[in-house]
This record gives sequence, structure tokens and C-alpha cells, in this order.
Amino acid sequence: MTLEKPVRRRLDFKNGRVDLSHGAGGRAMGQLIEDVFLDAFDNEWLRGANDQSAFDVAAGRMVMTTDAYVVSPIFFPGGDIGSLAGNGTINDIAMAGARPLYLSASFVIEEGFPLADLKRIAVSMGEAARVAGAPIITGDTKVVERGKADKVFISTAGVGIAPAGLNLSSEAARPDDLVILSGTVGDHGVAVMSKRENLEFETEILSDSAPLHGLVAEMVAAAAVSLRVMRDPTRGGLAATLNELAHQSKVGFSIEEAAIPVRPEVAAACEFLGLDPLNVANEGKLVAIAAPECAQELLAAMRSHPLGAEAAIIGRVVEDDNHFVEMRTAFGGGRIVDWLAGEQLPRIC
Amino acid sequence: MKYVDEYRDGALAKGIANEIMRQARSDRAYRFMEFCGGHTHAISRYGLEDLLPANVQMIHGPGCPVCVLPMARVDMAIACARNSCVTLCAYGDLMRVPGSHSSSLLKAKAEGADIRMVYSTLDAIRIAETEAHREVVFFAIGFETTTPPTALAIRMAERKGLTNFSILCNHVMTPPAMRAILEGASEGDETPLLIEGFVGPAHVSTIIGTRPYEPFARDYRKPVVVAGFEPLDVAQAILMLVRQINEGRAEVENQYVRAVTREGNAKAQAAIAEIFETRESFEWRGLGFLPSSALSLRPAFSSYDAEARFGLETKPAKDNPACECGAILRGAKKPRECKLFGTLCTPDTPMGSCMVSPEGACSAHWTYGRFRESEAQRVREVA
Repeated sequence: MTLEKPVRRRLDFKNGRVDLSHGAGGRAMGQLIEDVFLDAFDNEWLRGANDQSAFDVAAGRMVMTTDAYVVSPIFFPGGDIGSLAGNGTINDIAMAGARPLYLSASFVIEEGFPLADLKRIAVSMGEAARVAGAPIITGDTKVVERGKADKVFISTAGVGIAPAGLNLSSEAARPDDLVILSGTVGDHGVAVMSKRENLEFETEILSDSAPLHGLVAEMVAAAAVSLRVMRDPTRGGLAATLNELAHQSKVGFSIEEAAIPVRPEVAAACEFLGLDPLNVANEGKLVAIAAPECAQELLAAMRSHPLGAEAAIIGRVVEDDNHFVEMRTAFGGGRIVDWLAGEQLPRIC
Repeated sequence: MKYVDEYRDGALAKGIANEIMRQARSDRAYRFMEFCGGHTHAISRYGLEDLLPANVQMIHGPGCPVCVLPMARVDMAIACARNSCVTLCAYGDLMRVPGSHSSSLLKAKAEGADIRMVYSTLDAIRIAETEAHREVVFFAIGFETTTPPTALAIRMAERKGLTNFSILCNHVMTPPAMRAILEGASEGDETPLLIEGFVGPAHVSTIIGTRPYEPFARDYRKPVVVAGFEPLDVAQAILMLVRQINEGRAEVENQYVRAVTREGNAKAQAAIAEIFETRESFEWRGLGFLPSSALSLRPAFSSYDAEARFGLETKPAKDNPACECGAILRGAKKPRECKLFGTLCTPDTPMGSCMVSPEGACSAHWTYGRFRESEAQRVREVA
């Protein structure tokens, strides 16, 4: 005789909160996974409900990446921690010239976190994965006591596939190569910072969080031979990225301030906060170092894609044993563009 | 950006630079000190040095509040913050200022002290209101620019009847430091005073006006041109100084007329005078103890004085003996003449105060200008 099934209560997405039982491995956890994550990420692998997912491997070079997302605030103009985690992981794969294939996601959730917020984050992460054609095929959920995490942390991994023969490497920049930037700098960091500090500007500054795999595919199709290395200038901004590349490739950079696109409202906010847009994080931009031969084709391909419409050549690679990033300022002088020391902190007077 | 880009215009800069080039006599050198860290930052950030002829040299002054804060006061703030009932609120720039034994507020915070970065005194007041069980101490530092906001915070705390708010007062005054630079070099210090004129403070002068600089022009025969913090302001002020020198004048001139008057901001001055009184003596990193150079709370406001409230005492603390911050702050040495510069002392591991803040002479040179040394080196090697 089959017993009567207990009534399955729906999760209360209006007022409900994550509690410790949602991470305890019991029925409550099963329901959270099903109603939040499976619902948002839905795909055949997840429906299999295994602790791992299996997939076939195609020819070419496999690319793998991992990343963790701890942004505060978790909702900001132009995105949230979910879309950021999806796009960020996709971009790390794309920077190898690769097409993203599959993602994973682990959520560490603080006890008391509103279920509605969790749902919203999962939905936007699922959407980012869908747009990139890279389903989230495996994941994990943990709940920690109140105060042991800040709302929610997301850890991801991703795999992708790069065309055989395409070997982008941060050691590959050579003197006379050109530096191409895909668009304006500083949008993401300023959007987050202005939300964090409750700053309001006439025009709302949106994060540039976006998946770059489409732009990269256009670039690879147009001028793969001239591509040496690509990076997305996230934490530390353009300045950190160029300094890292200078050290890894044992070269220097010479860039032009006037050629670097910055939105006027971002420039104004940076002025107000005492920040330099070159040090501020981006989440939907890339820097490409390219051999001069096909650079114009590459630039044209970038500009034909919506995420590269404002792409510009901002400088070139030079020989320099000091590995300096030197910039001609719009004012007419020269200066170094350095890594930040510690956090970027606002000036006091 | 309206009202900002105009002051950073490359074409206008070229025009002023050509004029400086034309007017600066080739048979002599011009050495000017920009007093403020804000000017140092603008000069370095926009590469202004590249636009000046070789015989017009800028000496970076001590006008960076973080840089002149002595180790002993940092130690005092750390001791205060280690008190388990205290929440210490500080401006972000202060977090990495080195105290004794390579301590800092940042390290004390990591060790468990409740230290919070704030953007304004109002943030500290808000914390005191919402966390009534905490003793909220505001680490007040800065020149005359940041003193009025601290004065207003005291007034506000009084009006709101806050009994858990106090300040650790380190406010200092600009004119005594300028005088110390002029006097120190002629008395105790062996090095001759090379400074022939000052680019005078921007924001400080909006508060105190230009009148307090008049003795420097009159008694010391040093021209002072008060200038804004934008690179074109600084370039124009340099041109005005060159003209004064060429014409044998020593006057206080005001380039920053869009914000500064001779008398300054009377309301702000009144707020300062109501809340604060002059300390007999106060230690400046690099300049030593200067008489009548800093402020403390008037006795009527002593209940807001964290030093008295928590029985904090100044314990003498010595800077690294190899550190040349003192000579650099007085304009007697250049950052690269310090043995520690760029080796043991960098913005990531600052030993001296000039390396801590982006407005410090050493940090500005390291962060923005050190490529010039490698260029000079290249030229030397080729020769």
C-alpha cells in the first residue's frame, strides 16, 4: 500500500529566508536546489541530479578556469553577483580565444539570506549562462551561520575550447605590437562604488558586466594570426592588466591618455571619489595585444560588434628592461601608470 | 567634464609652458616649492615637469596631512583602537601610515581592532548614533581644510547630546610649517635654503585666505602665488613666480581667484576658533616639534577629547635613521637621494611618511615619475 504523500510546501519567495536546514543535505536542501537552482539553470545535465556531469570532448585545446565572487553590494546598477559570476567566468575562458562550453557554480549562503534575492541571483546567472551557450552543469550549495559569510559568495569553474593552433599567452607581447582596448574603462567599479557609498549622479552609471565570447569569436575569425594575448581588465583595472603583461612579457608599454575611452559620468565620479579610472575594475572589456600587421582588421572586427563599438588602439609595446607602463597625458607630459599600492582609497583633501 | 577639463587642456598648457620657457632666464635657476600634496600630485599625475625648462625646478613641500603625521600619533591611535570598547573612525589614507615597529591601523584592524574607514566626520557621527554602546573616536587629521568639518562634528555631537563620541585631534596649521621651512634652513640646518618662492595652498587658502602668507613675502622676501589644484593652475602659478623673480618682486599673488579671497572663509574660521585652541607645540614628521603649529579642543569641549577620555599618552617614537623624509619635506633633498627610496621603501612597503600617501613627495615620484631616472640613466650610458 502506498502511503499518502506529505504536502509539499512551496518555498516562500516573498518573505522566506535561507536557514541552516537548506544546507543540511536533507529534504529542505533538495527543495532549495530544485526550486531555485534547477529552475533557473535548467538543463539536461542538472536534471540528471548527479554529483558530477559528463560530457564529450571535442578536438582542439581545452581551456579551464575558476573564479570566486564576493562583490558588495550584491545588487548594483547594471547587474548582480549572479550575472557577474556568469559573465566573469565566461570572459576568463574567452580571453584564451576559446568558446565557453560548460560552467559550474557553488553557492555559499549566509543564514537568513532572503530566498527572493537568491532566486533573483540564480535567475540572472542562469540567463548569463544561456546567452553564452554555456550551461551550468554541476554545482553545490552550502549554508553557513549568520555572520560567517556576507550574504552570498559564488565560486565557479568553466571549461571551453579554443581552435587548434591558437596559443594566446601573457608572455607573447613583443615590441611594436599594438594595444587595443575594447571600450570605456571604469564603468563597473564606479557603478559598484557609487551604490556602496549611496552616491547619486544625474545619469545612473551602469556596470559594464557582459559576456565577451561573441566579441572574441569575431576577433579570432578576423585576425587570429595577429593576436598575441587578451585580458579582461577586472580588479586593478587597465593599469594592473598592462603592468602584469609588461612583467610577464618582459616589455614596456607606451600609451596615450587621450586615446583611452572614459565615459564623462565615470570620469566625473572618479574625480569626485579621488579615483583614477585606469585603476578601476571593468567586467565587460578586454585588452588585446596584437601584431601590427593585421591590427586594423582586428580593430574593424571589434568595432563591428556591439561590445567593441568604442574599441581603440591606445598604445604600443616597447622595449623596456624596467617593464614600465608609460603614458603621455592629455595635458602633454609623461608619467608612469603603476599598480595600485593596497586598495584604491579616496583622497581626503 | 565641464569646469574640470578646461583646467587640463593640453593646448593651453603648451601656451603657458612656452611662455615660461620664454621668460625664464637661461643664466639662472628657479627653484620653487609647491607646499601642498595636492599640487605635488597634479604635477606628477599630469607630467607637468616635462613641460618646464630644465632650470625651473619644483621642490615638493610638506603639505600632505598624512605625511606629516608623526609615528607617535599613529601609535596613539592604534593604542586607542585596541581598547575593546572603541570604534576608531579614520579617513582611508591613514590606514597604511606606518607606526612604530612596522605597525599600522590596517594591521591593527586585521588583529581585531574595530577600525572603520569613513569619508567624512558625518559618517563617524552616524556610527556613534546607531551604535550607542560603542565609544566612537574620530581620528581627526589635516590642515585648515579639514578642521572646519571636525569643528562642525563637535557642534553636532553636542546638539544631539552624544556622549559616546570623541576625537583624537591632530589638526595642524599651514603658516607655521612654511615658517619652519624658511627658518630651519637658515638656523639649525646646514643645508642652504634653495627655495625662491612658493606655490601657495589651494584648499587651505579657501579657508584662511591669502593674508597669512604676507609675512613670508614681506619678511623673508619670498614670493607666494596661491594656486588651484588643476595642472593649468600650477603651470600659471609657476609663470607668475618666474615673473616676480625676474622683476625682483616678492608679493603674495592669487592665481586661484575663483575660490580664494584675501580674508578667506569667515564662518569656517569662526567655527575653528570656537572649538579649538592652539597647542603649545606639536610634532610634525620630518620637521620635528614646531611651536604653535597645531590645534587641540578648548577646555569647554574636553569631554570630546579622546586623549583625555582614554588617558592616551605620547610615547616618543623614532623614524628609521636612514629615512630622509625630513630633508625631503624641507626641500633640502630629492626623493631619489634617499638610500631607502625605491629599494626598501616603496608605496607597497612605506617606511617614511612621504611614501605613504599618493600626495607625498616620494610616493608621487615613485608612482608617476620614476621613468625619468631610467631615461637619465640611458642618456648617461649612451654618453
